[in-house]
Amino acid sequence: MSDTDGTSVLRARGLRKEYGKQAGLVRAVDGVDVDVAAGETLAVTGPSGCGKSTLLHLLGGLDRPSAGEIWLAGRRVDQLSERALARLRRDGIGFVFQAFHLMEELNAVENVELPALLSGRSARWARRRASALLDQVGLADRARHLPSQLSGGQRQRVAIARALVGDPRVVLADEPTGNLDSEATLDVLRLFESLHDAGQTLVIVTHDPRIAATADRMISMRDGAFVDETRLTGGTTGNLGALAGLEG
Amino acid sequence: MQQEVVLAMLAKEPSHGYQLRARLQQALGPAGEAMNAGQIYVTLSRLEKAGLVICEQTTGLPDRPDRKVYELTAAGQQRVTDWIADVSWPGPGLAEFHLKLIAAAGARLADPLAIINAQRRELLRRLRDAQRAAMAEPERSDAALLLEGIAGRLQADLRWLEACERNWTGREDR
Repeated sequence: MSDTDGTSVLRARGLRKEYGKQAGLVRAVDGVDVDVAAGETLAVTGPSGCGKSTLLHLLGGLDRPSAGEIWLAGRRVDQLSERALARLRRDGIGFVFQAFHLMEELNAVENVELPALLSGRSARWARRRASALLDQVGLADRARHLPSQLSGGQRQRVAIARALVGDPRVVLADEPTGNLDSEATLDVLRLFESLHDAGQTLVIVTHDPRIAATADRMISMRDGAFVDETRLTGGTTGNLGALAGLEG
Repeated sequence: MQQEVVLAMLAKEPSHGYQLRARLQQALGPAGEAMNAGQIYVTLSRLEKAGLVICEQTTGLPDRPDRKVYELTAAGQQRVTDWIADVSWPGPGLAEFHLKLIAAAGARLADPLAIINAQRRELLRRLRDAQRAAMAEPERSDAALLLEGIAGRLQADLRWLEACERNWTGREDR
């Protein structure tokens, strides 16, 4: 929608995803264009069923579009073979899911290092990187804990560390706080802020306004299409005192 | 500054104006930043005229020009007690926005959905400000607690805007 100057890390044109046929045809994503600039945090919001998760799956190569084109870091990716797509998902994209999707039989550090090992990194390199990332998400002292021994917020932070292990071009997060209480949500929020400050490109699908409010830009989606776009950075509007009900 | 707030801040002990101000700023954090330094003295002199506080001149400290110590009177004490027990609560003023949508649709002044979107953008920016301020405060501080309240209120308003949007989408009188 903006930033067509070639600095887009992620770019899509005319993206469409249809399910079913004829009378039963559902257009989950109905012709959208997306540009995510390097270092940008983009939030996509909308009611459940608006197509936002489907969009994220298309952008991340978890699902193939019915029509349209997708580029990651300038490379066309929507026509890749299954095998090349799998490699792309492993090395170029970090995924964060609502339900964490950690391996229950692996401890925290083993979960984080797994994608690096699958990419052919040495065990030593992977362990060192995973430990550094657990430290970064504030869980250095939980490295040997199994997911079942961690709180929801801690599990999601492990999942975020795992998403970062391959130093991805972009992190795609699908309702990352959907299963968390408000304190754990705040921890994840802080973590996204620090990733943003470190220059990580992030796309977050969420119906949580707190997460959306941390983004640089927010897109509202309805019935598979974008209906509104807001730039949230710059030009602070509110006086916090007035918001707190203080007069003058 | 509301009179009762200043009175209640005095209930702890007789204080100088600058001490009250420091207490307020500690409690409010970033939300109190726009507070005018003179405001509290204006309020104190009104309270004095109303007989709710008395003021005594002291020798004070050489580097403090402020040498007045304020203390609650019995009437002031009673006012504080009443205020503590009072359960009135400021309303968020939803009716105005609600009527704006209805008037805009009725007279074809604007598309209610466009108004809702514009309002959402504004509230999200405010939420962003409040959250950023909250994250910069130490956890469990008084200032962070107030900012959490601001953020929570904005989230509730944003949820209501969602309901407005659902309702106005596809309405025939839009």
